[in-house]
Amino acid sequence: MITKDKQNTLIWLGLAISAIVPFLFPNHITLLTYIWVMIILALTWDMLGGQTGYTSFGNILFLGVGMYVSAVVQRDMFSSGLDRFERVSEIVVNLNASEYFISLAVGTLSGAIVAVLLAVILGSGILGMRGHYFAICTLGLGHAAAEIASGIDYIGAGSGMVTPLYPRELLIGKEAFYYYAFLLVAVATFFLFRKIYQSQFGLALNAIRDNENKAESMGIHTTQYKIAGWSISAFFLAIAGAGIGNVIGFIDPVEIAFSGPTFGVWMIIMAILGGKGTIWGPVLGAVILYSAKETFWTYLLGWDKVALGLLILIVVVYFPKGILGYFKDRKQLNNSILSQKGEG
Amino acid sequence: MITYIKILIDSPEFLAQLIINGLLVGAIFALIAYGLALIWGVMDIINFAQGEMVIFGGYITYTLFYQFGIHPILTIPIVAVLLFVFGLFIYKTVIYRLLGEKDIFITILATFGLAILMQQLMQAIFGPDIVTANPELGMQFLFDGALIISNIQLVSFIIAVFVAIVLFVVMKYSRLGQTIRATSQNPRAARILGINIDRVYANTFAINAALCGIGGSLVVMIWAIHPFIGLVYTFRSFFIVILAGLGNFMGIIFTGMGISAFENVTGFIIGAEFQAAVIFCLLVIILITRSIRARKKRQYIQ
Repeated sequence: MITKDKQNTLIWLGLAISAIVPFLFPNHITLLTYIWVMIILALTWDMLGGQTGYTSFGNILFLGVGMYVSAVVQRDMFSSGLDRFERVSEIVVNLNASEYFISLAVGTLSGAIVAVLLAVILGSGILGMRGHYFAICTLGLGHAAAEIASGIDYIGAGSGMVTPLYPRELLIGKEAFYYYAFLLVAVATFFLFRKIYQSQFGLALNAIRDNENKAESMGIHTTQYKIAGWSISAFFLAIAGAGIGNVIGFIDPVEIAFSGPTFGVWMIIMAILGGKGTIWGPVLGAVILYSAKETFWTYLLGWDKVALGLLILIVVVYFPKGILGYFKDRKQLNNSILSQKGEG
Repeated sequence: MITYIKILIDSPEFLAQLIINGLLVGAIFALIAYGLALIWGVMDIINFAQGEMVIFGGYITYTLFYQFGIHPILTIPIVAVLLFVFGLFIYKTVIYRLLGEKDIFITILATFGLAILMQQLMQAIFGPDIVTANPELGMQFLFDGALIISNIQLVSFIIAVFVAIVLFVVMKYSRLGQTIRATSQNPRAARILGINIDRVYANTFAINAALCGIGGSLVVMIWAIHPFIGLVYTFRSFFIVILAGLGNFMGIIFTGMGISAFENVTGFIIGAEFQAAVIFCLLVIILITRSIRARKKRQYIQ
């Protein structure tokens, strides 16, 4: 058993290593950045999917909304008036350093706020449903958002838009900046979520998972708790989305922002692979899946996405509890065997 | 948008055209939706891979047509048999292992994974291009050319109705249909009375797959398909089933045709590119209103 103190020491050690990793592998900073992105995605999905047991297929919506709102704010904040004759997807905004960071901060924050509002509005409708209907309702969220975004000219319609260029002649490069930014957000998400799960709020979420009717009859307003949980997820997802848009440098509705087959599926599979309903499970799943994907999936050529689909099926059918769940079960089994022996 | 509405008001024959086209192809959607309602009602499973099975059936027709030169309409029985076997296979490998699962989200996730796997497999095997297998049957001009109906739509409507009648008879009078209905009413009692529930479930799932396959063959003859368009068909079948209710055979057929006609008209008014988004948004709105209505009675929809 790892004690709390040891666990904290391990966390700090891990963080110290993460902080110096960019200096060790300067050519792979973007890859390393994505590991933090994936951790955020998996953690936020687990808030509803793991802690309350509501498998949401539509969380990708908030990622895309954060991405788009932030990109629009970054584009329009300091460059007054769009030239209407220009094609939106080709507008590249050049900002100086202070403008860039101010617009990035304001954009990220407004993206997060819009996502939270959306989560509250949609959630008060959708989260009142249970079971099959909830799954159906969330399944199409990302898809519908992508189609709507493809029809709006202001955000570049189907051909997408370009995020502002990172200002040159800075002490810290683009890759390193976003690496540390995502590191910070991921760590903040982790500690906040851990705090939440330990609090009464977390207990209420788990009560919903275990038996929603009983939770309700004990006086827990289950729908409100679910909405609150979803909003917190949406907040961090939108922040991650704003960052991803800037890392890639280009946003497009189907392939990047509301991309079901990549981010949308990854966040689910990572959380389940690691062990849903735990705080370390999503982190573990994100690190394992993403490093596995980057190291050997490229050798599968065109079949890597097939492998992803197969992986989902295998994990869900054979290991629905994930890696941490497996070890937990085994430990319980061992304990029960030990206690039986003790009695005998 | 308003100009398009005006066009419809000014030329009612055009509106009639849209509605008739919708009604004809709606029978196909009704078939697919009936398959979904069947497994939902009997096994309490919703299949997110419904649309992918449709597309898979379409690709089989396409391959048989272009590689082996079989006329697309003649491929339908082959597709039905192949998809039936495919359904049995999926049941044995995936669904069978999840039947006792208390957490319904596990089964949903499994079919979701299946949908992704099928999308990617189809892309890897058949390529990402848009394909069609149009048998070129020509057009039917009615009322001096005021109404144009393509023969393939007419033929597919007849085929869909034929399949529906066969299905109706099978469900009502055959031993298989009786066992399926008995299992859906009370699985435990059915088992006590000597019905092999496992086989009933396998057959139900396979029938659903075969229906999807037939639907897919008709879809690839009328329109075009690509590996990632399955989700639209999944939504449509959810929409039809949710509006009509489970186990309501005639209801599903009429709702399917009605929705298809409605879809054609709205697709014309606000643009075909939003069609899938419209179906989905409508679905969500209907479910939310139902949910709110249920909440007033201190209930919830499940």
